Amino acid sequence: MNFHPESAPVSSVTLNNIVKRFGTFTAVHKANLEIPEGAFVTLLGPSGCGKTTNLRMIAGLLDPSEGEILIGGKRVNEVPIHKRNLGIVFQNYALFPHKTVAENIAFGLKYRSVPKSDVARRVQEALDLVQLPDVGHRYPKELSGGQQQRIALARAIVIEPEVLLLDEPLSALDANLREDMRVELKRIQSKIGVTTVFVTHDQSEALAMSDKIVVMSAGRIEQVGTPEEVYNTPASEFVANFLGASNILAGGCASKDANAALLDVPLFGSVLVPADKAPAVNAGDAAKLVLRAEKLVLKAPGSDTTGMVTAEAVVETVDYQGQTVRYFLRVGDTQLQAINMIDGRPFAEGQTVTAAFRPQDCAALAGA
Amino acid sequence: MSVEKREARQPWILLSPALTAVTLLLFVPLLFILVYSFWLRTATGADVAGFYLDNWQEALTDPFYRDILISTLRIAAITTVACAVMGYPSAYFIARSQGNKAVLLLLLMLPFWISYIIRTMSWINILGVSGALNSALMALGIISEPIQMLYNEVTVILGLVHFLLPFMILNIFVSLDGIDTNLENAANSLGATKWQAFLQVTLPLSLPGLAAGGLLCFVLGAGTYITPLVLGGPRDAMFANLVFEAIITQLNWPLGSALSLMLLAVLGALVMIYNRYLGMAQLMKGLG
Repeated sequence: MNFHPESAPVSSVTLNNIVKRFGTFTAVHKANLEIPEGAFVTLLGPSGCGKTTNLRMIAGLLDPSEGEILIGGKRVNEVPIHKRNLGIVFQNYALFPHKTVAENIAFGLKYRSVPKSDVARRVQEALDLVQLPDVGHRYPKELSGGQQQRIALARAIVIEPEVLLLDEPLSALDANLREDMRVELKRIQSKIGVTTVFVTHDQSEALAMSDKIVVMSAGRIEQVGTPEEVYNTPASEFVANFLGASNILAGGCASKDANAALLDVPLFGSVLVPADKAPAVNAGDAAKLVLRAEKLVLKAPGSDTTGMVTAEAVVETVDYQGQTVRYFLRVGDTQLQAINMIDGRPFAEGQTVTAAFRPQDCAALAGA
Repeated sequence: MSVEKREARQPWILLSPALTAVTLLLFVPLLFILVYSFWLRTATGADVAGFYLDNWQEALTDPFYRDILISTLRIAAITTVACAVMGYPSAYFIARSQGNKAVLLLLLMLPFWISYIIRTMSWINILGVSGALNSALMALGIISEPIQMLYNEVTVILGLVHFLLPFMILNIFVSLDGIDTNLENAANSLGATKWQAFLQVTLPLSLPGLAAGGLLCFVLGAGTYITPLVLGGPRDAMFANLVFEAIITQLNWPLGSALSLMLLAVLGALVMIYNRYLGMAQLMKGLG
């Protein structure tokens, strides 16, 4: 099995000050984004954040109201969709129901002056790549959702697109299949090395698959970074809460040097946050401590908490989830969330515990 | 009574009012017609009950009836094609319009609020000797005397298209409306132009609606007698006019019955062929 990745051109995608308005509603505000060649970039955000609008503008299904889209360094605003040479996988797969699987995959090759003798071979290679070598003669409705998904992917990549656009391709699958397809999609993408833009609202998909994540909210790009960066050093309260659950504690920054920022927060007192996780915080200004729910650990009173910041807390709610348990705690007047691995028996509601975390696991945001 | 028995009876209970109506108002009269068609019409004008094949022999062998049957089918076919050609773009426009679909569909239904006969007769006011078109042409000095535009096959087809176009548009619309717009987007992304995507994807997927609309237009068009009566000349009679003539004018029920059963058989055969290849479900979708 050889997919000739060497023959496929790989292009970068650039958005320059892209604005998209629908009537009086602005779906995308001044989006700037640089997607390098061969990268797997995820647009992540809740529904209505503008991620799909961005994808559809790159695809050529929507025209930007302002700004410029470049693919492979060339402006494509005026290039119609059928000349952009992109592979798109739609959320509902959009397979042609009246054509067989092989005809579906061969569809794009008809418009690319591929010799007839090569069409069958390339269709078969694409089917092999998605590990469904024997379904070419069947119709889409005879396949399962996961299989249709793979065929949609095969149809999009057989044309050797410059960019692969994936619009929530996994959201119609059930949970187990979704995780398998996640691995499969990533495998195929790395194998052919195509620049990929992936749209999802699922943070775990984004974290598992992406080279870079673009977190969007209300039409604006909140943060662009590697999965580790957006997870560990969120640039805003929105990002901190959208990727996993976080406790945000408003306070102030007492001092800051090259190594660390010293934050003063209610409930826990002084917390020394590493400087690289508090890039926007200045000494003397208001600041917020970002404490991830899974970094806040519950311990029995009197346990060893060397090197940790602690406070006494009362367990209010226990949400048992099998491997983990989610606690809502009351510390003073504030409710905090903690997600802990279960070690022995979980704590019970009403129990008094020590809530503890390591200060180096925290991040800090500027502002009140 | 067991649950199974009760569940098995339920659909029949729900269907019984409709079945009673259909039986009494359609099947029983049709049976009368069938019986009538074998009676004998004597020269004195009296009907003799019995089993005579004279009407059927006349209906099936007289070239007069055959020719009118053929011209009826031809007019219905031309009307159907005209409705398809004019209806498809309209249906496409309605199906793809954002937001005001309901308004457009309401406008499509609007003609149904006026009697079919009135709608047909309105063409006399437009195309008649003292109608709008002649008056306009004379006022503009293009013609000096009014032209007789009415009472020919073209005006019959015009009237039929006017009557049947909404049925065609509705059927195609239902078909197009059910097609995922992402299919065209997907075809475009794979390199097809808008027109190629339409030919490759949208058109084939909308064929069932086109066929259902075609069947409806053909059957309704071939069975009509009002349009040729109002807008046709003496030589433009369609098959249903012969039935009308035999039964209403000549009071020859036996012959009229045989003729109407003949038309029913021809159109019934068409519906069977359609059902064999496309299924009635699509037609029901279009009507609903």
